[in-house]
Amino acid sequence: MDPENQDRIKSLVDEHGADVVVVLGAADLEALEVAAETLTVGDPAYVGSLAGVQLGLPVVHILEEDIKEQVDPEIYDEQVGLLEMTLDVDQVRRAAATFPGRT
Amino acid sequence: MKLDGKKVIALGERDGVPGPAIAECVRSAGAEPIFVETECFV
Repeated sequence: MDPENQDRIKSLVDEHGADVVVVLGAADLEALEVAAETLTVGDPAYVGSLAGVQLGLPVVHILEEDIKEQVDPEIYDEQVGLLEMTLDVDQVRRAAATFPGRT
Repeated sequence: MKLDGKKVIALGERDGVPGPAIAECVRSAGAEPIFVETECFV
């Protein structure tokens, strides 16, 4: 993950604490894995400010059923509908189920 | 994971769902986006 984004996320978590949730939108499985790992147990590449920092943030994906159900259906359709048809949603959901911190 | 009342870091991807689209969605679920970004994973 971009080191500049790591800096900003780290300071936002310092400011807002326990109420922060990460919602990812990546379709690439490697990108998902790296982002989820960086925001929970620390930057695996050891290049950003989250190297060795265990933020332990809850990480979800916008394509997960549980998240979709909470969004206004009209807005979801408008913002994600087309992408939902072209991306491999099942693959993303399977990957999301293995994010660190999931039971 | 309940989004209502949460502060959300919306981290999208250029080849997936972009950050602003995630932000619009979570806002309608009662969450407040505090960081919206669309990364380009190479």
